[in-house]
Amino acid sequence: MSAPTLPATKSIIGAFTAEAFAEHLATQKSAPSWWLDRKRAAYEKFAALPLPSRTDEAWRFSNIGSLTLDGFAPTPVSDLKPEIQKPFGLPALTFFNNLPISDRSSKSDLTAKGVIVTTLAEATTQHADLLKAHFMAQPQKLGSEKFAALHTAFVGDGAFIYIPRGVEIAEPIIITHAASGDGTAVFPHTLVIAEENSKVVVVDHFVSADASAHFACGANDLYAGHGARLTYVAAQAWSADTLSFQFNSTVVRRDARIQSLNLHLGARQARHESLSQLQAPGAFSEMLALTVAGKTQEFDQRTLQIHQAPNTKSDLLYKNALNDSSKTIFSGLIIVDPDAQKTDAYQSNRNLMLSEEAEINSLPGLEIQANDVRCTHGSTTSRVDAEQLYYLQSRGIPPKTARQLLIFGFFEEVLNRLENEPLHDALRGLIETKLKNQ
Amino acid sequence: MNPLTDTDALPPETETPTENPTVGIDQTAGNFSYDVNYEFDAGTGLNERTIDYISSVKKEATWIREFRHKALKTFQFMPLPTHWATKDLENINFDKIRYYLSQGQKPKRTWEEVPDDIKKTFERLGIPEQERKFLSGVEAQFDSEAAYSNIKDIVAKQGVIFCNSTQALREHPEIFRKWFGKVIPTSDNKFSALNSAVFSGGSFIYVPPGIKVAQPLQAYFRINAENFGQFERTLIIVDEGSELTYMEGCTAPKFSTSTLHSAVVELVALKGAKIQYITVQNWASNVYNLVTKRGLAHEEAEIKWIDCNLGSRLTMKYPGVVLKGRKARGEVISIALANDGQHQDTGAKMVHAADETTSTIVSKSISVGQGRATYRGVVHIPKHLKGCKNNTECDALLINTNSRTDTYPAITVRGDQHAVQHEASVSKVSEEQIFYMQQRGLTEGQAMSLSVNGFINDLARQFPMEYSVELKRLIDLEMEGSVG
Repeated sequence: MSAPTLPATKSIIGAFTAEAFAEHLATQKSAPSWWLDRKRAAYEKFAALPLPSRTDEAWRFSNIGSLTLDGFAPTPVSDLKPEIQKPFGLPALTFFNNLPISDRSSKSDLTAKGVIVTTLAEATTQHADLLKAHFMAQPQKLGSEKFAALHTAFVGDGAFIYIPRGVEIAEPIIITHAASGDGTAVFPHTLVIAEENSKVVVVDHFVSADASAHFACGANDLYAGHGARLTYVAAQAWSADTLSFQFNSTVVRRDARIQSLNLHLGARQARHESLSQLQAPGAFSEMLALTVAGKTQEFDQRTLQIHQAPNTKSDLLYKNALNDSSKTIFSGLIIVDPDAQKTDAYQSNRNLMLSEEAEINSLPGLEIQANDVRCTHGSTTSRVDAEQLYYLQSRGIPPKTARQLLIFGFFEEVLNRLENEPLHDALRGLIETKLKNQ
Repeated sequence: MNPLTDTDALPPETETPTENPTVGIDQTAGNFSYDVNYEFDAGTGLNERTIDYISSVKKEATWIREFRHKALKTFQFMPLPTHWATKDLENINFDKIRYYLSQGQKPKRTWEEVPDDIKKTFERLGIPEQERKFLSGVEAQFDSEAAYSNIKDIVAKQGVIFCNSTQALREHPEIFRKWFGKVIPTSDNKFSALNSAVFSGGSFIYVPPGIKVAQPLQAYFRINAENFGQFERTLIIVDEGSELTYMEGCTAPKFSTSTLHSAVVELVALKGAKIQYITVQNWASNVYNLVTKRGLAHEEAEIKWIDCNLGSRLTMKYPGVVLKGRKARGEVISIALANDGQHQDTGAKMVHAADETTSTIVSKSISVGQGRATYRGVVHIPKHLKGCKNNTECDALLINTNSRTDTYPAITVRGDQHAVQHEASVSKVSEEQIFYMQQRGLTEGQAMSLSVNGFINDLARQFPMEYSVELKRLIDLEMEGSVG
């Protein structure tokens, strides 16, 4: 009664061979041995795990046929000085093809407060304990164990941000991760540790310096200690031919709050996994996302909100607007552990269909094991409201502008949750550009 | 038809059953069973010979025998769907199951031997004397012959065919074959394949064009035909502009000799037809109830599933409607109650395949004690359709601190011409309400059941009156043990 096994048509490691890994390790000469050991273990895990298959529930509706790992350059070399857009202002750190290129603008006032904004490479030796405790430390529960292991194995460098106890920073810390060159593989990483009662805004900007096809396999680890408030904004604007993976881990401690907003614009196929763990009473995770999908793009978003302690709160709002024959997948799950009474969890996926050919898949899920909870979720799919469109036109607004206004109205609900005004405007600008170019 | 060559597969013919067959009462699972001798028994396990045996006993045509054999191969080939479904399915031992039993005689079990708690339940539910004996296994067959032939005569005057599927295969092959296995293909899932291989029993109904069947037809009327329920195969065809309501099951805890029940129900509503299919399931708590139900709605037709799951150890049932014709409508109303040791994995499946089709899903579940209620749904709107609508609402009520509920909907929409919305909420019984009612002199248990009944009230009202009354009493019973 055994099903016939199909011959493996795709290499499960693709371009990321043992030789490529050895080559990568050679670039990490100055790293401490624990870091290299972790990488070796991760590589073994990556090489052993199979590619996602048709029956993987975590990959339901995803186009797994196009998830090829072949043809990429694991250790790209480039000495070009690329022209990189700066929609968010001057970045604190810029990584180009995995390596830092600009001297970080170490603001003396921040340094004086004990704030650390540095590279992972430096952190491996200077802040080893913090890195050990937080770097890719959370479980991968959303289907991409293999690709997350690949990230750890090949991660070249990344941002390490540490906000000490009680420090509040008003200005956002901007990190740019850029890529260029055909087949370039990049592994952007941003690690944010917000200690007790601190407050910070961190922005990750992922951008291509040219229109070639990249492979981006990034991750971010967010940690908010007791009473900390962390806002994390990520704008993904890779080139239209890029295959992108992004893994998020959000850990929220007692009375802390993490707000994250992911804007998805680029890539041909982009998968984003986000795991929020509410570990102590009073923890709050606000998970926001906006996707502007066009042409044949596929955006695959998987989320998990785990309420591990009583009196925790999570609020998820993912909005997708779809043009042309684009496709989005939203698969979210709220887990309320048996003891997590008084949980307040919300999950909402709103889809705006702008074309006859677009496709949405929505899988909002709940797994509740405590009874004194307030959990709701919703998923809606509709098009631009004809009546609203008519109203605007009757006021003399041309149809095209009216439509744009309504699409923005759709996004505004999410953007308005950001307190930082310039950040709001910058994101709005990026959305505008994408919509115009479609 | 090939005569059976291997006579070993046939059981020895027991002409005269012993006066008093051993009565084995097993109350460990909260239910009971007894041994009976069966006239026809295919033995345990499933292989080619089992299929031949069933087919021979039923004197079936070659095409249906071949259909069964093909289905068996599909069943053996298909894996268990444990990549999404509960691992509890792995506990089914397919080799220990009897796939065909036909009762030839009445079991000898006296009313005195029926456990007290069961008697009490009947009492509380207000089950008529006659039915109690049948339900408790004192009588193998509910004496419904009169009722059955009566209703059959009435509907026959309108040209309605109402019989069991074995009879239909023999007497109405032309209609049967046209639709049989067309709504639910054999390979739809492992358990529909299993049913296709070993089915027996179930109803066949054909309503000719333009007929409104006034009274609901009930499976109750004909369950004496065969050992009902285990691998039922029901096929209902309602022709253009006709209407039919069909009911199966009952709210009383149902005695069962087998632990795996895997029915397949296919509905066909032709242009403008309306079908309402009502199920109340209350199997014993050791039963796996893995059922595939789907309707095919043609132009302007309407199919409505009203599904209530109270019993069984694990129920996996997602009634579906394929909306094939323009303006077709599909609806699923689902109530699930999961108590200790139970997993009600229920939901709905709506496949839109034509313009302007609409579907509605309303699901309410109640988890008591360590019970687990799961909603699983599919809404699918493919490309190049216009004006499709779906509205889904799932509400879950958790009674105890360790109760569990899950919601796993899957929605696919292509194109910008549709409106789809899904909403779900999870809550517990409001303490304030309970406090208020207690203050007015109700006990906590009474207050609880009042509150739970209120939760499902708008759905329960859609059931026929006697069902909703029994349902209410049953909830009262279940709630009593859940508080304090």
